[in-house]
Amino acid sequence: MSALSRTDAAEPASYLNAGYGLKSWLLTLDHKRIAWLYFISITGFFFLGGAAATLIRLELLTPAGDLLSDNAYNQMFSLHGIVMVWFFLIPSIPTTMGNFLLPLMLGARDMAFPRLNLLSWYVFILGGLFTLTAVVAGGIDTGWTFYTPYSTMFSNGAVLAAATGVFIVGFSSILTGINFIVTTHKMRAPGLTWFRLPLFVWAQYATSVIMVLATPVLSVTLVLLGIERAFGIGIFDPALGGDPVLFEHLFWFYSHPAVYIMLLPAMGVVSECIACFAHKRIFGYKVMAFSILAIALFGFLVWGHHMFVSGQSIYAGVAFSLLSFLVSVPSALKIFNWIATLYKGQIRFDAPMLFALSFIGLFLIGGLTGIFVATLALDVQMHDTYFVVAHFHYVMVGGMVSAYMAGLHFWWPKITGRLYPEMWARVSAIIVFVGFNLTFFPQYILGWAGMPRRYHAYADEFQLLNVFSSAGAGLLAVGYLLPLLYLIWSLRYGARASANPWDARGLEWTVSSPPPVHNFARVPRVEHEAYAYDQPQ
Amino acid sequence: MTSRSNRTTVIIAHQFESADQQLDADLLGMWLFLVTELLLFSGAFLAFSVYYHQYSEAFSAAAGELHWLLAGFNTALLLTSGLTVALAEQAAVENNRRATLGLLALTIALGLAFLALKGYEYHSEYRAGLIPFLDQPFAFDGPDPIHAMLFYNFYFTLTGLHALHMIIGLSAMGVILVSGYRWRDRHRVARQVRIAGLYWAFVDIVWVLVYTSLYLVGR
Repeated sequence: MSALSRTDAAEPASYLNAGYGLKSWLLTLDHKRIAWLYFISITGFFFLGGAAATLIRLELLTPAGDLLSDNAYNQMFSLHGIVMVWFFLIPSIPTTMGNFLLPLMLGARDMAFPRLNLLSWYVFILGGLFTLTAVVAGGIDTGWTFYTPYSTMFSNGAVLAAATGVFIVGFSSILTGINFIVTTHKMRAPGLTWFRLPLFVWAQYATSVIMVLATPVLSVTLVLLGIERAFGIGIFDPALGGDPVLFEHLFWFYSHPAVYIMLLPAMGVVSECIACFAHKRIFGYKVMAFSILAIALFGFLVWGHHMFVSGQSIYAGVAFSLLSFLVSVPSALKIFNWIATLYKGQIRFDAPMLFALSFIGLFLIGGLTGIFVATLALDVQMHDTYFVVAHFHYVMVGGMVSAYMAGLHFWWPKITGRLYPEMWARVSAIIVFVGFNLTFFPQYILGWAGMPRRYHAYADEFQLLNVFSSAGAGLLAVGYLLPLLYLIWSLRYGARASANPWDARGLEWTVSSPPPVHNFARVPRVEHEAYAYDQPQ
Repeated sequence: MTSRSNRTTVIIAHQFESADQQLDADLLGMWLFLVTELLLFSGAFLAFSVYYHQYSEAFSAAAGELHWLLAGFNTALLLTSGLTVALAEQAAVENNRRATLGLLALTIALGLAFLALKGYEYHSEYRAGLIPFLDQPFAFDGPDPIHAMLFYNFYFTLTGLHALHMIIGLSAMGVILVSGYRWRDRHRVARQVRIAGLYWAFVDIVWVLVYTSLYLVGR
């Protein structure tokens, strides 16, 4: 104990030792501490969603429904979807790394609205409590999509509590989005022009625009659903001439752009990691920035591709199919530019780079199979099969979670002032990559062969590939539990990090690790672009 | 905006460099919030217009039962309150304490009168049996009562959502009235009145949309 206090006394003042009490954390207005509040809460939700996934994969080891009843299985995949989408993937990178890094990257002392920032965390927790209540109060079996009229008239689960939770957490997204946009517009240091911003900031900005424009539509849709279920105020009720497909339109008008809320920040993180570990200026900076904006824009025009078999008009289907192909253009540009950045770079394979490279490979597979399911005729065959499940897991888990891990390791020394154990981190990156492919590649084949999603039992001929998939899920769990252990270990025993351990460029690396409370003693004056790797920092 | 000697008395939050930067940030934040509010209402309006397109006769007949004249008077009240809050904004900029607080109080009074009349409307619709939910007897005797029910569902949802926004706006102005009473930091009051005024203008505009699409449809 005395040894500990001696080292503490030697520590330079930082946001971490500015106060130790619980109150200094729960009432903090410091964006860096609020990032920690989010880190801890979304990690909890990630492992809760992961536990549900574990039960799903255990059930699917055998063709018969022997571990879970059909109802319990429905509740498990609904819980998995709701928790992972709204309580992990949507908030993940923006609320943690975004909160921590945005003011640092802009040369600002804090967000534009620090109190709003803290409020958004409390709103997030309140929404989480409602959803957890739904789990305890008998579960919810509608899937994460809450399709009417099942959700409003027939489901026996706690739909209202879960929908209320998602409604509330939407406001957390909206407040975060507003805060990020205003901060990016109004808080940039002198000399930091738009085209000198790191791509991470561009990605956060585009994500925030989607949060602000799409989330309110989900909110009102859930309100309409909620009042129909609670008070019988039928809006989608077919008995009154209401239209359940209208619900799907409104739902996907949010939920497709939401995919890009998850993906764009990941692309921002990967750009930072690739540039740093190739020690090179990012190739085609402006194309990268504009393709982020293009993906955000096209994301609003493609929602109907979720409804090819829902009874929308065939002409709408054709238009949505063509528009969906458009998204692949800026996405492909980004992949080519990352590869071109690697060309003739001085590449180092540290753990963040391994995770970033896995992102590129897995996102490429997820993106290409996305073209399959965006093809109108082909989707009639693929719809509601495991092919779709594999496709979006390649994008969201293989893509987004890999990038989250890349960013977490990349900025861990900055956030904590400690180095993580490099060897264990590389082992974890490789386990995650292998485990992920073993889990989800067989699901492509299963879907192609016609195995439908959302059933707790299946035909005997699908068993072998399902066993592979479940074994991969076990490996994946090890790959995600390892970082939890060694990162916590490093908080205390990791070597002290210097201000810039990766020899990276960017304003966040000019302040000490961990940063002081108000980030910059003097407002920095920016004279270079973000990726000036040809000049000394 | 203000002279240098005035600016030294302004309290700026630690993250900002100047009072102008703070005001700019606050206004941009409010405008963005209003965009989200607009999209919130637009989802419900979209659903309404889809159904109106499908069942326009039933919707027009159902709309005929609403008190369009009373609601028209209410529209006038609300638009007047938009004027008073704009004048309050001007008075706050001119450091006129009496006028600012008086006009704010008048805005709140007009808003409360609107809500009271709206409550009376709801009550008379309840008496006439026009509430198609909560197991109420539905006594609409026009053609196509099933789709008329759909119309009344939208009527109560949209006006209820609007009334909720009125209550939020009135509470915000109440807080400004109480906290600004002592007139300690006039820049702060001016900023708050300006931002609350933006919100109130939005509530006004949404009501105009609600009034024209629900009450005047088919007239």
